[in-house]
Amino acid sequence: MKKISTPLTDSVVEDLRAGDEVLITGTIYTGRDAAHKRMVELLAKGEQLPFDIQGQVIYYAGPTPTRPGEVVGSVGPTTSVRMDPYAPILIQHGLKGMIGKGQRTQPVVDAMKKHKAVYFAAVGGAGALIARAVKSNKTVAYEDLGPEAVRILEVVDFPAIVAQDCFGGDLYVEGIKKFSRSVS
Amino acid sequence: MAKRTVNTNLITEKLAELSGAASCELDDDLIGALKEGLRIEESPVGRQILEQILENAKISRDTRLASCQDTGFAVVFLEIGQDVCLEGPVLPDAVNEGVRQGYEKNYLRKSIVDDPAITRKNTRDNTPAVIYTDIVPGDKVKIILTAKGGGSENMSAVAMLKPADGIEGVRKFVVDTVKKAGGNPCPPIIVGVGVGGTFEKCALLAKKALLRPLGSHHPDERYAKLERELLVEINATGIGPQGLGGRVTALSVMVETFPCHIASLPAAVNLNCHASRHKEAII
Repeated sequence: MKKISTPLTDSVVEDLRAGDEVLITGTIYTGRDAAHKRMVELLAKGEQLPFDIQGQVIYYAGPTPTRPGEVVGSVGPTTSVRMDPYAPILIQHGLKGMIGKGQRTQPVVDAMKKHKAVYFAAVGGAGALIARAVKSNKTVAYEDLGPEAVRILEVVDFPAIVAQDCFGGDLYVEGIKKFSRSVS
Repeated sequence: MAKRTVNTNLITEKLAELSGAASCELDDDLIGALKEGLRIEESPVGRQILEQILENAKISRDTRLASCQDTGFAVVFLEIGQDVCLEGPVLPDAVNEGVRQGYEKNYLRKSIVDDPAITRKNTRDNTPAVIYTDIVPGDKVKIILTAKGGGSENMSAVAMLKPADGIEGVRKFVVDTVKKAGGNPCPPIIVGVGVGGTFEKCALLAKKALLRPLGSHHPDERYAKLERELLVEINATGIGPQGLGGRVTALSVMVETFPCHIASLPAAVNLNCHASRHKEAII
């Protein structure tokens, strides 16, 4: 189990390989489909993103509403591939890490290799468990999007697995190859 | 024939209760299947994932925090006895009010947008629900609420196969759909299969198959055999928990069938994530 802290540097990213189990500590941002669309539109117009993306990690998640006296609601990952049309441009602008579920497509893999970024899988459907790693939660942009707003989360020992690394290593491919078998 | 009067406000009340229960109290058959999965899983990463899923279910039950942040599209099946006379607010309004109250009161996520392809503005109360009504014998109203996650719904598919494709065509379509889905629908998944009927009927059969107790079998032994064989075949793909490799890709495959047109062989696969959530009540 590797412990890593955000923001991520090239050397931290280069030290991670598909299959590594990690605990992430620091601040991460949540963002889903609608927020990604807006962020990429801002970049296309040459405008600033709502937060400094250098070295940051985006968690593809939209939590349930926070209950009184608690920090965050249930907060597991959503399917990452929907963010693939937007991720390469964010990586190009300094995004170093993404947390979600499910395999990324080639344009994202290429951007990860070129700009040194990493993709972590969190366990989909484990939102109540993951919530325990979240110590603070504040909306930083797009409040009108409701569950799709961009939040900054402070996390301690957020459990994730390196699913696709910056060298093209891919646990979705390697894992399936290892465990597939023929049926007679 | 004596009629029984049921006020639709009662349906509202029940749905509000069921919404919270569905998201926080995963069923015993599901927990049992996940524990069995943990017993047979060989991948260390896969085992770790299954342990997290089981721990998550326990936290959710103990704290009533939703097990998954995607608390779903409310899909409501109503089986209305034909000797029931409904009074009170019109049925769809009563159902939507129950969903609205349940999702608000239980701090569940509101995941519905008003318009699918243009504005996509969140309706902020998780309505409207998708509502199916069946008229059945008797004087009761059975309410089944399923909270259907978007990730697994996205990987579902319908195919209008040719009669010549036969059962082998159905088998291939199911396995191909699961392979294509990979880790996206949050495996270990539950696979609902509809075979026969029309285009929309077979999709509904696939969704209804997901309501059955896990591991239950089609009454026709030929289809029960298909269910067992498909489970073996799907678990041989190596997709494993969360698609990261392993033995446990699916917990159950359930097939529902219906007669069909001489020209057709419709097949539908509705995937459900491991957090299969459905609760029912009878009034």
